[in-house]
Amino acid sequence: MGRFLDLTLAGLTSGAVYAAVALALVLIWRSTRIVNFAQGGMMMITTFLGCTVVSHGGSYWLALAVAIAAGLVLGAVVERVLIRPVAKRPPLDAVVVTFGLLVGLQGIAGMVFGGTPQSYPPAFSIAGFQVGGRQILFSPNDLWIVGVVLAVMVVLAVVFRRTSAGLRMRATAFAPEVARLLGVRVGRMLTVGWALAAVVGAVAGVLIAPSTFVSPTAFDAVLVFGFTAAVIGGLDSPPGAVVGGVALGLVLSFVSGYLGPDIVTLGALVVLIVVLMVRPHGLFGAGARRRV
Amino acid sequence: MTETQAPQREAPRAPLWRRSTLLRHACFAVLGLLGFWLLSIALDPFANLQLAQIAYTAIAVAGLTVLSGLSGQISLGHGAFVAVGAYTAALLLENAEWSLAPVLVVATAGTALVGTLVGVAAARLRGPYLAGATLALAVGLPSLADYHGLRDLLGGANGLIVSPPVPPLSLGETFPLERWQSWICGICLVVVLFLLANLSRSRLGRDMRLVREDEDAAALSGVHVARTQILAFCVSAGCAGLAGGLFAIVNNLAAPGAFTLALSLSLLTAAVLGGLGSLAGAVYGAVIVTLLPNWSTDLAQQADLPRAVYANIPLVLYGLVLILVILAFPGGIQSGVRRIGRLLRRNRKN
Repeated sequence: MGRFLDLTLAGLTSGAVYAAVALALVLIWRSTRIVNFAQGGMMMITTFLGCTVVSHGGSYWLALAVAIAAGLVLGAVVERVLIRPVAKRPPLDAVVVTFGLLVGLQGIAGMVFGGTPQSYPPAFSIAGFQVGGRQILFSPNDLWIVGVVLAVMVVLAVVFRRTSAGLRMRATAFAPEVARLLGVRVGRMLTVGWALAAVVGAVAGVLIAPSTFVSPTAFDAVLVFGFTAAVIGGLDSPPGAVVGGVALGLVLSFVSGYLGPDIVTLGALVVLIVVLMVRPHGLFGAGARRRV
Repeated sequence: MTETQAPQREAPRAPLWRRSTLLRHACFAVLGLLGFWLLSIALDPFANLQLAQIAYTAIAVAGLTVLSGLSGQISLGHGAFVAVGAYTAALLLENAEWSLAPVLVVATAGTALVGTLVGVAAARLRGPYLAGATLALAVGLPSLADYHGLRDLLGGANGLIVSPPVPPLSLGETFPLERWQSWICGICLVVVLFLLANLSRSRLGRDMRLVREDEDAAALSGVHVARTQILAFCVSAGCAGLAGGLFAIVNNLAAPGAFTLALSLSLLTAAVLGGLGSLAGAVYGAVIVTLLPNWSTDLAQQADLPRAVYANIPLVLYGLVLILVILAFPGGIQSGVRRIGRLLRRNRKN
């Protein structure tokens, strides 16, 4: 029972991070109908920048700020330079471009930062809380991770539902042509959407870095998990991304605990295939426009 | 067969080899074999090894090009199929001690079967969903080799050692092993290209193109969309499996470290660079992605660059090539070759 509880708590923590990555993918999918396969690479670069700040004596908080700022710039630049030219072309083109960006970033990171994994300090203690004389697998740092992800979700929900910028972004995602006629600067909204998504990714990267270490390919698996979470929830739905992330975190934690940590990525593949076989558009996805 | 009717016609409009697709492809295949043979006896052992690598890479890329170019599906996980072929070949050669030809056939067929299973799932998926599922395949499947239940069978992270195929004694005792390896790969490549070229011209190939252009229209005109897509996956995975089997006997190894995301990526790069949907393009693409890492390493050593830099040059170049080709030259190399060919023909007519 204690083991089950530990695995559940660990699953909730990692699930929160997958939910954040999934949220970043969903933001981009909603606005541009593109799955950003470079998300893992963009996270990796911003986390490496944070890592550099820390290794030069900067604090955790300065590193977090640098990573967020870098994500903001990177997301906007990527949308303007790489995504806009392929936005109206067949979906295959966008897939190849974002995939190309992923490896390009991995190569550049390898050149600049080297291939050896670097450690990243946690924000708070990683020793588990004491509950009833027993140490559980949930630490102050895990609490921080879950708290930050919850805060990010609340902020995004408020921005989208309560502000006029959020309304314009939703209009852009929902009906770009109509939004343009009504005076929304659609292009600018898309850039903002990508920047916002990259910021969410940057935060997720800094949160997960202490447990995975940082290396050019460290986030390949995280990208797959984030994508799986987004698909479970339905690529269209932000609440779906959260539910999918937590569900996947729990499943993978049990896979790792009861079957062995080596096949966690394979576990994600199985979950992905099963969900897609049952519901090709995910749990919360709009099932409309199913072709033939 | 048009060639049997040809003598009855009064004035054939075109030479015989241009009228029969099968005959034309057979001519190309014979020329290809001849060219490959001449190349392999002219090159030294190291270059022959590279030739073998180019050949098996081209087989995998040709399969990918059928999948993406003809039927419009994408796979970011073809490296996983190469891994399945390589491990099948390694197990059969080392544990069951089969001879080479049946091993390659079983590696192809077995991987085609796996590809069919993936294809059944894939036929329900579109664009990004399919890309993501195949990406998960590429990242997830190699981890199976290190799973504790299978570690004894599959050799864990170190993988399986494969003993190289010995050249037959009739070729002489000093016949270089590398040339024999490149011959095996070259013959397989020519056979695969011959079969795929005919497939592309067949009714199935036409159906695939129709499905790629418009699924609704294809279904309305009586094409079984899902079956066509699954068949494309099956053929394409079979090619990757054969490439994997050849990989195992050329590199004498099947190990998870060889079938990373970077492998899937280099295959996709080759297909996009050569021109999606073109078999000739698959060969150009395979030549470039195979030689590129070697060239960049040589250049970097001459320029005294640190290891971290030159080890990553291929990755950066793959990324750049993928982005630039899609943004600037969507047809890849093959569309450039076609354009030059058209210009030359026009000039000759004038």
